[in-house]
Amino acid sequence: MIELKHIDKYYNIGTVNEVCLFKDFNLTINDGDFISVIGSNGSGKTSLLNLICGSLEVEDGTITLNGEDITHQKEFIRQRKIGRVYQNPAMGTCPSMTILENMSLADNKGKSFGLSFGTNKKRKDYYRELLSQLGLGLEDMMGSKVGALSGGQRQAMALLMTTMAPIEFLILDEHTAALDPKTAELIMELTGKVVKEKKLTTIMVTHNLRYAVEYGNRLIMMHQGHAIVDKAGEEKANLVVDDLLDQFNQISIETGN
Amino acid sequence: MEQLIIGVFEQGFIYAIMALGVYITYKILDFPDLSVDSTFPLGAAVTTIILSSGKNPILALLASTAAGALAGMVTGIIHVKFKVRDLLSGIIVMTGLYTLNLRIVGQNNVPLFNYKSIFDNDFINGIFPTFLSPYKTVIIIFIVMVIAKVLLDLYLKTKSGYLLRAVGDNPTIVTSLAKDSGFVKIVGLAISNGLVSLAGSVMCQQQRFFEISMGTGTIVIGLASVIIGTNVFKGKFFKATTAVVIGSVIYKACVAIAIEVGLPATDLKLITAALFLIILVVSMDRKKKVKKS
Repeated sequence: MIELKHIDKYYNIGTVNEVCLFKDFNLTINDGDFISVIGSNGSGKTSLLNLICGSLEVEDGTITLNGEDITHQKEFIRQRKIGRVYQNPAMGTCPSMTILENMSLADNKGKSFGLSFGTNKKRKDYYRELLSQLGLGLEDMMGSKVGALSGGQRQAMALLMTTMAPIEFLILDEHTAALDPKTAELIMELTGKVVKEKKLTTIMVTHNLRYAVEYGNRLIMMHQGHAIVDKAGEEKANLVVDDLLDQFNQISIETGN
Repeated sequence: MEQLIIGVFEQGFIYAIMALGVYITYKILDFPDLSVDSTFPLGAAVTTIILSSGKNPILALLASTAAGALAGMVTGIIHVKFKVRDLLSGIIVMTGLYTLNLRIVGQNNVPLFNYKSIFDNDFINGIFPTFLSPYKTVIIIFIVMVIAKVLLDLYLKTKSGYLLRAVGDNPTIVTSLAKDSGFVKIVGLAISNGLVSLAGSVMCQQQRFFEISMGTGTIVIGLASVIIGTNVFKGKFFKATTAVVIGSVIYKACVAIAIEVGLPATDLKLITAALFLIILVVSMDRKKKVKKS
């Protein structure tokens, strides 16, 4: 469970451009939740993820993870329990290392990176099996550098590598936004499958309203640092894309966009 | 002529050890580390003290490596913990170490002709047959270089080595693996400067001379070797580290040829810099061609 309590977050503090993004923001993410987060640009979606992961510091308030206060914990320590897939497929893999080496790196998350051999040959079949589940033919090119792969292939690998480790929380930061529609569809299917299999508590930021409606058990719409829509369970299941579009239009009229 | 060729290999292999260190920072970590200009003479300074006190010359190699690693850690800490830019962190350590090197040795230059070295001690003199004696120095340098290279190759295949390669490629993924990317950088800089300092120790023992300014231009020689090596030779046949070693020998050969055709030895630094410029321009040309094709 992740709890954000009374979060304040400002940008450009002390300058004329000071902007208040979050003021007394509260959110509880229950175990097993799969939350889709939507909202216009600048509404605080990515900032929310950054606050949870620790890439941004809060000005005030507390963030707890399974009851433990992680408000001031370093980003890399939080990542022991959290896995994150970024919008940019290049962020989740090492381009100059081979597929096999990348898989070995991911496989070792949570353990110590000492002086034993980086690739355990015995695990190779296991990696091959995982890669073949992607259906992209990557299992037959394990010696190739990841930099030579396409964006979609790299994102599929990034998703696989992130979810290989025993994490509890999965953070998806517009992870299909940079992909073509067909590949995006594939990545979303893989996402749904892995979240179900590993029972990961998931927060997915997306601009694709259909994915937001189709996937997950809870939907949050962000607007100017507030969750203006937060629907779960039955209510969420009955949502359709048109409802959300109406909401978006209302916001736009209010803010004069 | 033979003397010239042996000289090229001796120098080439010594600087290859240093270039392996520069390879780590420049190619793997993407960190232009200028501290090498002072960690090279740091190795020589530590060696001078150990040799002149009559201790084991192998100890000089180890102690120099450790001293270099420590200096590299300082560069890393300045960069990572105090958030000073990479280039400036190197310059700070380079400048500060100059004084420290002087303090260690106590004077600007020290001749070491009367002391034992890795090239001249009872054990080595005992096992080398006389017909090999003209090649004794180059063989010993080669052995030290190969040991350093093999250890580095092995390290880069370990889990810790994987992290080092990952951090220069994509620091985000190191964070994602729940590891401190700053710490990995510090480790990389320590290994790099350890190697550079080891090269300084070998150089000092081979020249039998310590001179405070012997490190000036180290970074240029190192970068030139790495760029020649990785641009021209890296491929299916050679590992990157092997390519760097070849690059270093070729670079030293180019300098030797320039002096052989009549340029005065006092022009060495200018030749070094001009050759480096040529290599940079040519390798950029090559990259463009590769992109087009």
